Amino acid sequence: MSKHVVVIGAGVAGLEAAGRLSKAGFYVSLLEKEVKTGGHLNDWYKLFPDRRNSSEVKHYLDKLTLNDGIKILSGTTIEKFSKRKSHFSIITDKGNEIIADAVVVATGFDLFKSARKEEYGYGIYDNVITSAELEGMFRNDKIALCNGKIPGAIGIVHCVGSRDEKVGNLYCSKLCCVTAVKQAIEICEHLPESKVFCFYMDMRMGGAHYEELYREAQEKWGVNFIRGKVSEAGETINNRLVIKVEDTLAGRPLKMELDMLVLMAGMEMSDGGKKIAGISGLNTGENRFFSAADPHYGSNISNIKGVFYAGTCTAPMNITETISHARAAVSEVMDYLKDVN
Amino acid sequence: MEKFGFTISKIRQIDYDSNDRSIADYIYEREPSFRLCIECGGCSATCTTGNYTNFSLRELHILIKRGENSQVIENLKKCMLCGKCILVCPRGVNTRNIVILARQAFQKSDSYAI
Amino acid sequence: MITEGKKAIWSEYQKEIADDKFFYVRSCIRQNFFPGSEVAFLRIMRDVLKKDVYEHPCHTTCSGIGYHGDVVPVETAMTVVARQFALMTEAGYTNYVPSCITSFGLYTEILDTWHHFPEVEGKVREQLKKATGREFKIPGNLAHASDVIYKFRKEIAAKAKYKLVNKNTGEPLKVVDHIGCHYAKMFPSKGVGGAEYPYVLTGMVEEWGGQIVDYPERRHCCGFGFRQYLVQANRGFSVACSKEKFESMEPFKPDMIITNCPGCPMFLDRWQYVINEMEGKKYGQNGEGIPVFTYEEVAGLVLGYDPWDLGLQMHQTDCEPVLDKIGIEYAPADKYKLDVKTPSSKSHNLISV
Ligand code: SF4
Ligand code: SF4
Ligand code: SF4
Ligand code: SF4
Ligand code: SF4
Repeated sequence: MSKHVVVIGAGVAGLEAAGRLSKAGFYVSLLEKEVKTGGHLNDWYKLFPDRRNSSEVKHYLDKLTLNDGIKILSGTTIEKFSKRKSHFSIITDKGNEIIADAVVVATGFDLFKSARKEEYGYGIYDNVITSAELEGMFRNDKIALCNGKIPGAIGIVHCVGSRDEKVGNLYCSKLCCVTAVKQAIEICEHLPESKVFCFYMDMRMGGAHYEELYREAQEKWGVNFIRGKVSEAGETINNRLVIKVEDTLAGRPLKMELDMLVLMAGMEMSDGGKKIAGISGLNTGENRFFSAADPHYGSNISNIKGVFYAGTCTAPMNITETISHARAAVSEVMDYLKDVN
Repeated sequence: MEKFGFTISKIRQIDYDSNDRSIADYIYEREPSFRLCIECGGCSATCTTGNYTNFSLRELHILIKRGENSQVIENLKKCMLCGKCILVCPRGVNTRNIVILARQAFQKSDSYAI
Repeated sequence: MITEGKKAIWSEYQKEIADDKFFYVRSCIRQNFFPGSEVAFLRIMRDVLKKDVYEHPCHTTCSGIGYHGDVVPVETAMTVVARQFALMTEAGYTNYVPSCITSFGLYTEILDTWHHFPEVEGKVREQLKKATGREFKIPGNLAHASDVIYKFRKEIAAKAKYKLVNKNTGEPLKVVDHIGCHYAKMFPSKGVGGAEYPYVLTGMVEEWGGQIVDYPERRHCCGFGFRQYLVQANRGFSVACSKEKFESMEPFKPDMIITNCPGCPMFLDRWQYVINEMEGKKYGQNGEGIPVFTYEEVAGLVLGYDPWDLGLQMHQTDCEPVLDKIGIEYAPADKYKLDVKTPSSKSHNLISV
């Protein structure tokens, strides 16, 4: 009888892992707390750096998982998790027990809740939005202020909730710099008359073709890059935003008015992941993501034998890395189940 | 005006919205590589002038872009147009031409005496 | 502006404020800058709210101004503060209420330091014992006097004679608040509403009928900053700070400014005069300045106290525009008691109470 693997989370990592496990001959249950599979992919319009429509990746993942060997249990959360001998018992919120031979945790990330950076006034000033909300505007082909007007000057704040001791996140979320550049270009494409300013601490363009995209943003689109962390935003009587930043390369404080401020919210361990960690005894690290057995050659391996990690539940990753990581998790599962009866 | 033994200090802040950035626009139009600078400082590290006087081509770029023109004018003449900076720039910025264009732009403008 | 968002933050930053039996310590500079304010606080607490507020005759400066002005080392400040705590302990009180924001900041900083470095507290105890023979307990509750007024803002509103409302238009007065850097910037969790969107004064103003206006430079320093002001050569920097705030609030046409700190009302008030002298510019409406008040003065006004008893004649920017808008009755001749032939309307003023 083929072995049963439970995959927790049906985002990019979970879907990829489920599809590959199924191909390898395992029977797979894919649990997802949301109604829809796809995770954050559903919120993103176009992907960096090649500006592919995210639905193309979703389409690939759906095809991979449309398969009789995979049972997708969406709208399901896990209440209890225990290991009995070599089996795992998972009790869902609906009271059902699922018995598994191995588990892949693919609980992904949550976007940093931007209201926690009080000084930027997210949720207080009308036209302060997050990168995810801007994606929604791209999708609807309408970038507009609360009053329906078209923004003339748009600021993008990097590192919101990342690299910031004040919110307890010392790490870099890795993807927000390139997201900022991608979104800056897209704003210019949608609104050729607008001016876009990126406020960054460092430009971390460490992926294939990221730096080229940065160059394109400067050369072709005239995006302005100002090095400095925005210290605060305020609202003028005309409903515009005023930001303060040090132009660190000029060595002087700088003040400017903007119509819209877009916050590049970082990635945090998901609430779902935290819950799983709490009920399962899986170890988390100081950045609160799941901590893998070894950062070099054991990044899928957990502290519980038979439980493996896939994707951004361990650290910020882009889609390419997430898919590779999920495949690696599958190979770990295969290796593990070979010896388990 | 001085009164009571002091004057009101002038703010050091760059007031982006009220600054005149026409000099930058003049250069952008004629030398698009001006946009490519990433403020690495390679040019100013190698610049002879910068090593002996208070001059930084890197900083000059940013001051032009922000419209801090009085500070730009003060420094613009220090460049000897030797071209050493072009050799270094990792972004292929035509640094010499930026200085030349900046001088031109100021000369053409009625608002500045240079 | 989305008020719901602010309310969410306000609900996060609430602090414990004692209900009664307060050990009140005055501010050395406020007594000179705005002499009516502290008396008004005592009168409101004792006469209106019927609270037990104790003042100790041996209380001295907290030395905070010296600490922030770089002339008193922190160890010395700590020992001075320990002595104030000893006075509180000896008097049998535990709820410590400083009048001064800088004092409040200093006390908060010291208590936090002792919490993290108990050996420092031990050393201070030893020094105090050696120098004065005194011992002390840590206050059970530390609240700034504005926290206490905030806590009882509804009770004050219930007894109010006036509202912060323009009597001619029926519109709420537009009020700018300034809480003072040392109230919450160093320890946001110790301030009602936190540091970014402080609620302590906003809560009072809203309760008493006014409307708070938020403006871009709301978080900016008033310009006291100790070293900025204390050294004459630095005063241009101090005025420039206030000016930055005035220019930012001007388009909102505020009717008045309410403040928390000793320095803020001083500088927001006096520098309006100085700016007008130097640059011929006033920031209020109808060629007037923007009147500046302490929160005690505002509480006193809504309760119907005589403006001159509250010491409003000590303000350099005239307070009358606000009194007239609210419809507060006052005798102009009593302001400076210049007209000796006219007997004053009251036989005594608060300052001599
Ligand atoms: S990727 Fe860029 S924006 Fe994101 S956390 Fe790192 S440095 Fe900040
Ligand atoms: S051309 Fe000018 S800026 Fe460049 S190295 Fe020579 S002197 Fe310096
Ligand atoms: S070397 Fe080039 S990129 Fe670097 S600061 Fe100079 S002009 Fe800019
Ligand atoms: S903001 Fe400036 S003046 Fe205030 S404490 Fe920090 S460094 Fe000092
Ligand atoms: S606002 Fe001014 S007086 Fe008040 S604490 Fe800050 S510097 Fe001091």
